[in-house]
Amino acid sequence: MSNNPKTLPRPTPETRHFWEGARRGELLLQQCEGCAHVYFPPRPFCPGCASREVRVIRASGRATLYSYVINHRLPKWIDAPYAIAVVELEEGPRMMTNIVDVAQTPEALELDMPLEVVFEPITADISLPKFRPARGGVR
Amino acid sequence: MTPGAVAIVGAAESSQLGLVPHTSQLQLHADAALNALADCGLSPKDIDGVACAAECPTEVAHYLGITPSWVDGTMVGGCSFLLHVRHAAAAIAEGLCSTVLITHGESGRSWVGTQAMQINQASLSGQFELPYGVLGPPTMFTVPVLRYMKDYGLTHEQLANVAVVQREWAAKNPRATHRDPITVEDVLSSKIVAWPFHVLECCLVTDGGGALVLTSAERARDFPTPPVYVLGAGESVETPMISQMNDFTSSRAFRVSGAKAFAEAGIRHADVDHLMLYDAFAHLPIYGLEDLGFVAPGEAGAFIWERHTAPGGKLPVNTNGGGLSYMHSGMYGMYALQESVRQLRGTAPAQVPNVEVSVCHGVGGMFAAAGTIVFSNQRP
Repeated sequence: MSNNPKTLPRPTPETRHFWEGARRGELLLQQCEGCAHVYFPPRPFCPGCASREVRVIRASGRATLYSYVINHRLPKWIDAPYAIAVVELEEGPRMMTNIVDVAQTPEALELDMPLEVVFEPITADISLPKFRPARGGVR
Repeated sequence: MTPGAVAIVGAAESSQLGLVPHTSQLQLHADAALNALADCGLSPKDIDGVACAAECPTEVAHYLGITPSWVDGTMVGGCSFLLHVRHAAAAIAEGLCSTVLITHGESGRSWVGTQAMQINQASLSGQFELPYGVLGPPTMFTVPVLRYMKDYGLTHEQLANVAVVQREWAAKNPRATHRDPITVEDVLSSKIVAWPFHVLECCLVTDGGGALVLTSAERARDFPTPPVYVLGAGESVETPMISQMNDFTSSRAFRVSGAKAFAEAGIRHADVDHLMLYDAFAHLPIYGLEDLGFVAPGEAGAFIWERHTAPGGKLPVNTNGGGLSYMHSGMYGMYALQESVRQLRGTAPAQVPNVEVSVCHGVGGMFAAAGTIVFSNQRP
């Protein structure tokens, strides 16, 4: 799936570490030092208990397929239907993504199937975390 | 808020709905407003409170020649007008203003006098959702439903049937955009938009508007139409990102808003004679029935299949045909409110006999926000 430049992420001071991690091939989450809550998307405080004592942690990259749709109303820069998916990371948070290296069909995309993260370089600064069926090779 | 302290005394939609290419969005607000004011025999000079979404209250008040002392520009998507009703009722009860005009106008199909929303690539959804090929509501609002289907066993046929039943209601409504009967097979063989959703499971895209006039129950008796009392109301928001919705089988905003409205009104589910559930997509009435507590989690698909929400059923739902068949300009909440008012006045094209309590429930964004109003034509 090629990408529309109008929908490239523009990092903010609070999310820059995530995108720098993605460029290095690391999927970064945050964890509260106080209540141990692991969360996403990034922010410099815990959405569970509001503590500002939080640290960045590297996720295992393992996830399961939580839900998705297969978009058939295609923009002109995309040539075939593609899944817009939400995955559940091993650490708990969920994130939107695309599922790669697999047919974009209901038969191939089974809910709860194991997945692993891969990083797709889009520009010099932005790599998008995407997921593929698990091969057991992550981290 | 005291149940029944405030009432709707004027209500109307724009003169035309559907394809209205000769009218700007602002004029759709004004056209609906003038119709609602005519409905209750008032003029803009009688209005001292203005609420609207899509356009700023400043634009609408100036355009109509209103000098408000109370304004509300709450904009949380398609249920904004339900929140306006709640806020207006509180404001009138508190004495902040006496007569509120709520307007909606949207050139959702013709795009006259409006422009597309700017993409903010630095917002959280701009960074963490849009890069994955998200293209508007059909690719976002729909994402949770496969999870629901797996967890509860909802079938594709049951999902399609939501659109079939609503078309039955639309067939009774001369103003509905689509009135020809459809079958489950028709829905499942229609074009796929975002699998598992077919085009007949997605709302229309139309132009139109609507407006309401609210005042205190004491004054409401003096108007030409029977008052529609606000018995209770609720509102909430959850997340601007569909991927971050806590439970893909249930909306927290729906649950919070619905529970608040029912508690405030002091009603039970058995008291509800008529129900409007904002249906941008076919799964929304399913989530709405469950999250408002009319049926248990996982039961709504079968409940609709058993025709309880259909014409002649014990709980008539979306009796105008809904966003799927009646009209949907982008923010449909106003049209759901209008149908609740018509049913309580006894003037709906598909009138349900003896409606005393109507519940109207709306969604904003993609399960991002919710508003719920309990109405009655009887003052408690």
